[in-house]
Amino acid sequence: MKMDIAVELCGMKMANPTILASGIMGVSAGSLGRMAQGGAGAVTVKSISMEEREGHSSPVMFSFGDVFMNAVGYSNPGARQACIEFEDIKKIGVPVIGSVIGTKPEDFAEVIHALKDVPFDAIEVPLSCPHTPGFGLLAGQGTPEATTEITKIVRKSTRLPVIVKLSPASPNIMGVAKAAEKAGADAINMGNTHGPGMLIDIESAKPVMGFKVGGLSGPAINAMAVRCVYDLYESVKIPIIGTGGITYGRDAIAMLMAGASSLGIGTAVYYRGLDAFEKISGEMKAWLEKKGYSSVKEIIGAAHEG
Amino acid sequence: MRDDYPKTLEIKDIRDEAKGFYTIFLPNILQGFNPGQFVMLWQPGVDEKPFGISYFGKDKIGITFEVKGRFTKRLSQMKKGDIVGIRGPYGNGFPEPGKGCVIVGGGCGIAPLAPMAAKSASLIIGARSSDLLLFRKRFPDAVFVTDDGSFGRKGFVTAALSDIIESGKNISAVYCCGPEIMMQKVMELCRKNSIKCYISAERYMKCGFGVCGQCMCGDNVVCMDGPVFDADDMLGNPDFNSSARLKSGRKVPLAEYYAYRTK
Repeated sequence: MKMDIAVELCGMKMANPTILASGIMGVSAGSLGRMAQGGAGAVTVKSISMEEREGHSSPVMFSFGDVFMNAVGYSNPGARQACIEFEDIKKIGVPVIGSVIGTKPEDFAEVIHALKDVPFDAIEVPLSCPHTPGFGLLAGQGTPEATTEITKIVRKSTRLPVIVKLSPASPNIMGVAKAAEKAGADAINMGNTHGPGMLIDIESAKPVMGFKVGGLSGPAINAMAVRCVYDLYESVKIPIIGTGGITYGRDAIAMLMAGASSLGIGTAVYYRGLDAFEKISGEMKAWLEKKGYSSVKEIIGAAHEG
Repeated sequence: MRDDYPKTLEIKDIRDEAKGFYTIFLPNILQGFNPGQFVMLWQPGVDEKPFGISYFGKDKIGITFEVKGRFTKRLSQMKKGDIVGIRGPYGNGFPEPGKGCVIVGGGCGIAPLAPMAAKSASLIIGARSSDLLLFRKRFPDAVFVTDDGSFGRKGFVTAALSDIIESGKNISAVYCCGPEIMMQKVMELCRKNSIKCYISAERYMKCGFGVCGQCMCGDNVVCMDGPVFDADDMLGNPDFNSSARLKSGRKVPLAEYYAYRTK
């Protein structure tokens, strides 16, 4: 029997459940194209603000063991330039999610308006970055109140599906998720990097990260991400993108069993290469076939009782 | 699991190579190295940038750089015993040079080619003028070319390469690194004469290991697919010798990118 791993998220048809997470290889149409070639079911652009941003000084990313740390600081060419960069984005052949950031709630509407001619398939708002002043957690966007306000404005600004990306470090994930759902979000991305954390070089007595602290991703945070998705599955009705440390097919399967219906994949590009998506999908498919499933959809939420 | 964070080391020596060009020497902690690969060099608390390896020995490596902006200016003022960090090597490097390999380096572009110089049949080193010419003592047999004729042959490296081609010598491949306009001319000359050519490209880099997407040149990820490219791939690349991205990711004409790099 032909094993079917295609899924649909908010009307977006994907050949497999993997989605390139925002911030990885999302600078240009060319880099996103490479991710599609590498097997991504959908891709997300690097987050776009109204104005051009250089981001933090380097190092902005590095790894040690199972931990990957980054603090890029939302470098991006700004919304007007992004319109030129991504005008031919349909060419890459998979759904493209536009990630949009702002410091004030109105900023999100302004950026979405500026990007109105870019043929995105959905809009994602990450209210959860742990390491960029003015945005995400450092701007208080990760509370139920702020999430409600921003999601409502985003909802009014676009007809595209709206995805709200949450932080696993939030003390009230369920409250924030429910607020997003109530304010009109079509899906939850659970979630962003963990931490932030810090690595200190003892020879120079300096933090290694240019911004001193960075968000944690990679295999080390996978168990926390799975727990967040598991909890969320019982709290919200909208679909969940499970993101955090998925590196191998077995991690992808566990995340689906926790209740995710699609998978955000970023740091695996580092651990497994530019074709990480193809590898993870292949491993997932092989396991599902061995177990006699006919569709990947059969295992979504399987770890929950009843 | 991989470890890709900067390992800090004491500078063993710093050498004045030419006007505005220096080499810092560090203990060799690289696990394997292919000439043409690069490392990310960290100045603790300042910034981190990619550099080629210009000297590769069992105990030490050398990084030759031109003072351009804040980072390299600060680096040039460092002293023996000061601490920097490196991670890598990254990228692909050049294929093993066969007999009859001609190396062409312009400006600081000779740096990543230098570890292979002993294996080359001919070595061409170019610069704008004699005071900017690298490795005159290190490679006394090289063909030196200056734009103004203040040392060696007057003109461009392509003329020196043309002479070797026309002499009828068997050239197995040309390895080239330098300003993109120079590499473009060398690639075109090689194509016209059906000679295999590899060039080393440079773009603003952040991660060095194929994650951030910053160093895209057309559809090529310079840090992973390159930095060494077959000329056949680069001659059709829409960004090569044309445009590059600033730190923000904004694509600009190459001249604007070069000006930005001197900040």
